[in-house]
Amino acid sequence: MSAPSVLFDAPGPRTRARHRIYSVLGVLAVLALAAFIVFRFYDRGQLEYRLWEPFLTPKFVRVLLVDGLLKTLQMAAVSIVMAVAFGILFGIGKLSEHAWLRWPCWLVVEFFRAVPVLLMIYFIYFAYGVGDGIGAYWSVVIALTLYNGSVLAEVFRAGILAVPRGQAEAAYALGMRKTQVMTSILLPQAVKIMLPALISQLVVALKDTSLGIAIGAPGLTFVGKQIYTEFQNQVQAAVVIAVLYIAANLVLTALATWVQKKFVGERKPLAVPVVGGGTL
Amino acid sequence: MQDIWENYDLFLKAFGLTLGLLVVSGVLSLLLGIFLAALRVGPVSLLRRLAAVYVTVARNTPLVVVFIFFATVGPRLGYTFNSVEQLDIGGYHVSGYFFRSCLALTLYTSAFVCEALRSGINAVPLGQAEAARAIGLTFAGSMRQVILPQALRAAVPPLASVQIALAKNTSVAAAFGMLEATARMKFFINRNADDMVLVFVIFALGYVLIVEVISFGANRFERRFAAAR
Repeated sequence: MSAPSVLFDAPGPRTRARHRIYSVLGVLAVLALAAFIVFRFYDRGQLEYRLWEPFLTPKFVRVLLVDGLLKTLQMAAVSIVMAVAFGILFGIGKLSEHAWLRWPCWLVVEFFRAVPVLLMIYFIYFAYGVGDGIGAYWSVVIALTLYNGSVLAEVFRAGILAVPRGQAEAAYALGMRKTQVMTSILLPQAVKIMLPALISQLVVALKDTSLGIAIGAPGLTFVGKQIYTEFQNQVQAAVVIAVLYIAANLVLTALATWVQKKFVGERKPLAVPVVGGGTL
Repeated sequence: MQDIWENYDLFLKAFGLTLGLLVVSGVLSLLLGIFLAALRVGPVSLLRRLAAVYVTVARNTPLVVVFIFFATVGPRLGYTFNSVEQLDIGGYHVSGYFFRSCLALTLYTSAFVCEALRSGINAVPLGQAEAARAIGLTFAGSMRQVILPQALRAAVPPLASVQIALAKNTSVAAAFGMLEATARMKFFINRNADDMVLVFVIFALGYVLIVEVISFGANRFERRFAAAR
C-alpha cells in the first residue's frame, strides 16, 4: 500500500470529468474562504497600513527576528542540548541490568512524558522562578528539558536496541568492558540512527517555547505581545508570528529529511516512541 | 494539602473541564481527521494537495498560536462565539471560552489524526485494496467497507498517542481563560506556597491517570479488535 493509486482504478473519461468538478468545487471553497477572510479583515479595518507598518519597520523587524525568533531558537536549542544529556542518562539507565537503577529511571521518564509541559512551566516558575529565582527563561528551558529529555530517553533506548546485537557481542569478545562497549561501539552507531528523530524533537521544542507567553518568558510570542500592546494590532501580530514559526519549523523539517538521506540512508526513520505523539 | 482536601470539588470540577475539552475535541478531531485522511489518499489530486497543505501548516504551528487566533484574533474580527452560551446541553451551558478552545484543539489535533490514519492505511495489505477494486467497489465503497475498518484498527496505537497528546494539550487552554486543571493548579499553588511540590504532584498525577487510562484502553482495544492477518 505504498502508492495511493492502489486504492482506485485509473479514472476513465466520466470519472475524470467528475474529478474536475470536485477540483473546481474544492478550489471555489478555498477561494470563497480566503475572500471571506480578506473581506472580514477589510470590513473590520484590519488591512489598514497603520496596523501592518510595525512589521515593515526595520527596527521592529530586528526586534522580532533577534529578540523573538533568535531567542526562541536559542531556547529550543539549549533545552534540546540539555535534553540530550538527560536522555542519554535515563535512556541508558532504563537499559541497566540493575533493577535499583532501572526502575527509578523508568519512573522519572514515564512521569515527565505524561505531564503537560505548561503544568511544569507554571510549577517551576512559581516554585523556583519568581523573585530571586531562575527567572522565566530558565523555567521554560528546564521544563522543556525534562519533557523532551524523557522523550529522548526512549529514543536513545530504541536507538541502542536498534544496533545489531553482534556489534556488542564482538566488542565483548575483544575483551571490552561494559562502559567501553557502550561509549565506543553502541552510542556512536545509535546517534547516527537517532539524528532525524533528534531534529524532529527540535521542532517540538521550538513549538513548545511559545508556551513561555504564559509566564512572560522571552521569545516570539512575547515580542509579539509587546508589539500588539503598543500598536493594538493583535491580528497582524498573530499572522506574522504564525508565519515565522511555520517557516522556522519547515526549515528544521527539511534539515531532518536531508540528514536522514545523507547520514542514515534508506533505513526507516526511527519512530519516536511517544506517550504524547511528541506533539504539543 | 489541607486546602485541596477541603476544596476537592474545585479539583474535581477542574479535571471535569479538562475531560470535557478532551472528549469534545477528541471526537471532533477524529471526524475531521478521517475526512482529511480520505482526501489525502483520494483520487482527486487537487484535494489531495489541499489537505496536505492543511496538515503541514497545522503541524508546524504552535498550539499557543492557534489559540491566539481563536482567543484574540477571532473577537477582533467579530467572532466571539458568545452566542453558544445560549445553548443548553443537559442543563450545562457552553461558554464561549469552551467553544473556542474546542475549535482550536480540534483544528490542531485533526492534522495529527490524519497522519496517524494515513500510517494505518499504509499498513493495510495491498491485496485487500486490489480485491476491493476487483469486486467492483468504488473508491468511496472500498474505503468505507474494506480499507478504513482495517486501517482504523491498525491505527489504534498512533491514534492513542494523538489522543494522549490532546489530553496534555488541553492544558494550553489555561493560558486563555479556562479554569481547567492546569489553571486550577496555578490557583492552588498561589494559595499554598509551602506545599507547592505536593500540589504539583497531585495535579500531575491527575494527568498521569488520564494518560494511563487512554493507553490502557487503547491496548485492550488493540488486542480485542486487531485485524486478523
